[in-house]
Amino acid sequence: MQSSVIHATGLVKRFGDVTALDHLDLSVPEGTILGLLGPNGAGKTTAVSILTTLLLPTEGSATIAGVDLLSSPAEVRRHIGLSGQFAAVDEILTGFENLDMIGRLYRLGRSASRERARELLDWFDLDEAADRPVKTYSGGMRRRLDLAGAIVAEPPVLFLDEPTTGLDPRSRIGLWDVIRDLVSRGTTLLLTTQYMEEAEQLADDIVVIDHGREIAHGTADSLKAEIGGERIEIAVCDTADVDAARAILATVGVGEVEYNPATNKLLVPVTGGAGTFAKVLGSLNSAGIELRDVGLRRPTLDDVFLTLTGHGTNDSGADQTSAEQGDAGTDQKVSP
Amino acid sequence: MSEIQYMFADTFVIAKRNIIKIKRVPDVLVFVLLSPIMFVLLFGYVFGNSVDVPGDNYRSFLMAGIFAQTVLFGATFTGAGIAEDMQKGIIDRFRALPMSRSAVLTGRTLSDVVYNTLSILIMAITGLIVGWRIEGSILEALAAVLLLLVFAYAFSWVMAYLALLVPSPEVINNASFMVIFPLTFIANTFVPAESLPEPLKTFAEWNPVSTVTQATRELFGNIPPGAPEPDAWSLQNPVLYTMFWVVATVAVFAPLAIGRYTRFNRR
Repeated sequence: MQSSVIHATGLVKRFGDVTALDHLDLSVPEGTILGLLGPNGAGKTTAVSILTTLLLPTEGSATIAGVDLLSSPAEVRRHIGLSGQFAAVDEILTGFENLDMIGRLYRLGRSASRERARELLDWFDLDEAADRPVKTYSGGMRRRLDLAGAIVAEPPVLFLDEPTTGLDPRSRIGLWDVIRDLVSRGTTLLLTTQYMEEAEQLADDIVVIDHGREIAHGTADSLKAEIGGERIEIAVCDTADVDAARAILATVGVGEVEYNPATNKLLVPVTGGAGTFAKVLGSLNSAGIELRDVGLRRPTLDDVFLTLTGHGTNDSGADQTSAEQGDAGTDQKVSP
Repeated sequence: MSEIQYMFADTFVIAKRNIIKIKRVPDVLVFVLLSPIMFVLLFGYVFGNSVDVPGDNYRSFLMAGIFAQTVLFGATFTGAGIAEDMQKGIIDRFRALPMSRSAVLTGRTLSDVVYNTLSILIMAITGLIVGWRIEGSILEALAAVLLLLVFAYAFSWVMAYLALLVPSPEVINNASFMVIFPLTFIANTFVPAESLPEPLKTFAEWNPVSTVTQATRELFGNIPPGAPEPDAWSLQNPVLYTMFWVVATVAVFAPLAIGRYTRFNRR
């Protein structure tokens, strides 16, 4: 596939005994967004670090904009922009100084760097905060500045590593708009996320990874078809009703009904959305089953994992916090 | 522009960034300078009367040693700065940019020259207050400052390399004091080298901290007439010997540090 702007084959990364990436193939056509979806510690950051020349793969090869990653990393850096999970901006410098510095280091020249910094601050709605040190910025503002830093030199290929993790919903939607805007101008984007919704909103193509391996690949629609469109979740008041409720849910479900005794909740994947939901509510009502809580929701990453791997995201590697630290830690580790 | 010109341009961009940071967070400067000021006062007034120095003016003798100590402490600032940068997200940004690979380090060592100039100035003012005087020519005094700065520059590279070997900024602080204390104390900084017992005396005589101190003392005119001529060649030719160390240190540690940083880049 020569038309792929990002093309990776058989990427493997081992840190000692730990295999962070296990023969991952990626291919992103020009002007499209690939969403790399997975829980903490799945290898998303490792993949991005390799593709942005920060990390050497143990095995495998890749080209970015036709340039070989292993033989010409310096040339690759001219074509890429990176915005990481941890905003890579200098806290002490102002927003303007950060972008100006990045412009100079991209070798745009003094006046072009300044002009571009002002332009981006304006576009990202940071013009009022432009001359304040970044440490006074909110989380959302830092992320926007970081993203602005990634596109200072208008790179044709952009890597965004969990750009919205930790943001409030409004900031997240604001950032999505900016990302869509960028890609409409022809940028090719690899985006990592742990949010199914984010991948669905932005990505043309989604690769789901777990333990460094691809476990599913397709569009948001095809993945959803694979795992069932929605989930109906009900909590019964009386445990005596569980079996009756389970039977009703089984008639509409496209997968197995799960029961969580701890919360008295039943969960079933369905298709047909609101119509199915109304039908289920009607049946439960006529059976006289009293409900504490009920809802129709779209599948979460957890559901995707449950369906594809048979385990939830929490089982995929210790608890969330330590997995996250492990993922971040790979960047900080000093090799002997 | 050629690659070399780009390297210089990138170095200046990074140096400018570091200087802005010193300007915005002057606390760091204050704390690093407080300890030499404390040494001036402690040594000058507490031990001042019990140390025998040629010419009998201890504070005049002491100041050259304090200058040498100050710029050595300044070098720990280089180490701490680099160790801190390596921990921050900004380093990933630098590493993914098409900038010169060595600029993070050359920019840091350059900005620390500015930092050291500032600290020499502050120490000079402290010295003047406690009775130290420049007794030579202005030209010689400038030469002394220049020598201190290039010595500090060389030592910055040692600390830069150390900072890249250790895993965190906390470690570099302790590690650098283990290097700096023996170097500054087994020397002629606070007591005449001749007064030390062997083998400390020989170490002190050939310690570059001694020779930069000796050179500074000479150039500031702080060696009183009639003071005994030192025995060691290094102390008889302190400028030459110090410059040899400066060149050798940069020649060894700059490539080591840059190599280490580049490898760190693509583990």
